[in-house]
Amino acid sequence: MKRARIAWAGAVHDAVESDGQLELLTPAFQGRRVGFDEVVWLPPLAPLDRPRTVLALGLNYADHAKELAFKAPEEPLAFVKGEASLIGHQAFTVRPDGVNFMHYECELAVVIGKPAKRVKKADALRYVAGYTVANDYAIRDYLENWYRPNLKVKNRDTCTPLGPWLVDAADVPDPQALALRTTVNGQLTQQGHTKDMIFDVATLIEYFSGFMTLMPGDLILTGTPDGVVDCQPGDVVVTEIDGIGALANSITAEQRGSDPDSGQ
Amino acid sequence: MNLHMNPNPYRPGGTVYGSLLNFRREHALWAPRMHEAPYKAPPAAPVLYIKTANTFTPSGRAITLPNGVSEVEVAASLGLVAGEGGRVAGAVLFNDVSIPHQSYYRPPVKFRCVDGFLGVGDAVQPVTDLGELAAVVLELRVDGVMRQRTALADLVRDAATLWSDVNAFQSMRPGDVLMVGTDCLDDGSRPRVKAGDSVEITATGFAPLINHFIEEQA
Repeated sequence: MKRARIAWAGAVHDAVESDGQLELLTPAFQGRRVGFDEVVWLPPLAPLDRPRTVLALGLNYADHAKELAFKAPEEPLAFVKGEASLIGHQAFTVRPDGVNFMHYECELAVVIGKPAKRVKKADALRYVAGYTVANDYAIRDYLENWYRPNLKVKNRDTCTPLGPWLVDAADVPDPQALALRTTVNGQLTQQGHTKDMIFDVATLIEYFSGFMTLMPGDLILTGTPDGVVDCQPGDVVVTEIDGIGALANSITAEQRGSDPDSGQ
Repeated sequence: MNLHMNPNPYRPGGTVYGSLLNFRREHALWAPRMHEAPYKAPPAAPVLYIKTANTFTPSGRAITLPNGVSEVEVAASLGLVAGEGGRVAGAVLFNDVSIPHQSYYRPPVKFRCVDGFLGVGDAVQPVTDLGELAAVVLELRVDGVMRQRTALADLVRDAATLWSDVNAFQSMRPGDVLMVGTDCLDDGSRPRVKAGDSVEITATGFAPLINHFIEEQA
């Protein structure tokens, strides 16, 4: 099952994919189908009664680690993001004025399904509710060597598109058997495969749950392969993972008081 | 909207951010090393970290030292609680616990996001003027013995400047919290505690925040 969370007709709805349309789960509209282009896509996550933990990985693909001229880490290079940076599918991400290098990062995102504390790797995938696609944008101009990658690079408003679908874990038998790619304006710029993760999904759950209890709805963004390029206002960036989804996003300029897609 | 401030006892309704190197004493101690590898330059933007929801421990409840960890650092901080419209609505005491770490190069997830590692004050005090916070002095006692006095007059970025500099790149949503930082002792360390110790953090006008530390049950 592919699940979505959308805004439509003045309210937020849970929906599932059905024959190329969205089937609403809201009682008042039970069974009604709406087109993908008729809705506003939100991150495919139910709200929580506590702050969501959003963990992310740096340098978790051997090729990307090499590209950035670091040796592969001996333990996960983890950082934390705030939920406020998340936006949905087909949304706008702001490129600040005057920066030189802003790049996407196509990532498999793991959504935790049940409380996980000191979970063993062999059992870890049983704690996963499902998977989605994240685009963990970075603005390298702001990179500093204090708690690096620092939050000004990684936790900016609008800079973490997520979606479109939450795909049930049952429909993803092996999260390490997925091809990833990114296109910018239709041109292929990034390709990779989750088999090349340095720390795979199960290992990451074992690692994090070793010192922190992961709760349902928490996220782990598992890092990106090589092939990141600068993106400019007007660019349409699609981060895609086989069987999980194609997450579209448009870069817009930092223009206050004007239409968000006037960055063309 | 007071929804985010009123649970009794208070618990953070949004993301809790901590600030590093925001007291003059620690900043000055680090200054000679700031140009050296791996840092190579003093920090320009506020250095932030996140205390995840699994760390929240109400006042009066125990904080557990994980197996293999005999001592932890404790630190008094004041958290600015965001209200509507990007404004600070109130302030609350925190005990920001961490496993001691010497390097500030990589994000401190495994040192700072351990289950239970954030003591949370019971109540948010309304704040109307951030400038008034410069008069706040936090006192930290271990088993009743004064170990550290932290004057918010000693901040590198005062509360208003920190709030503004952080909101310039990440909007604080209602319920989000920005801790102003924690000071070190004269030698650069922070007070350490072990199982059996009780830590009390107080400040005039705030309900005391008390957490005791216990060993993990096997």
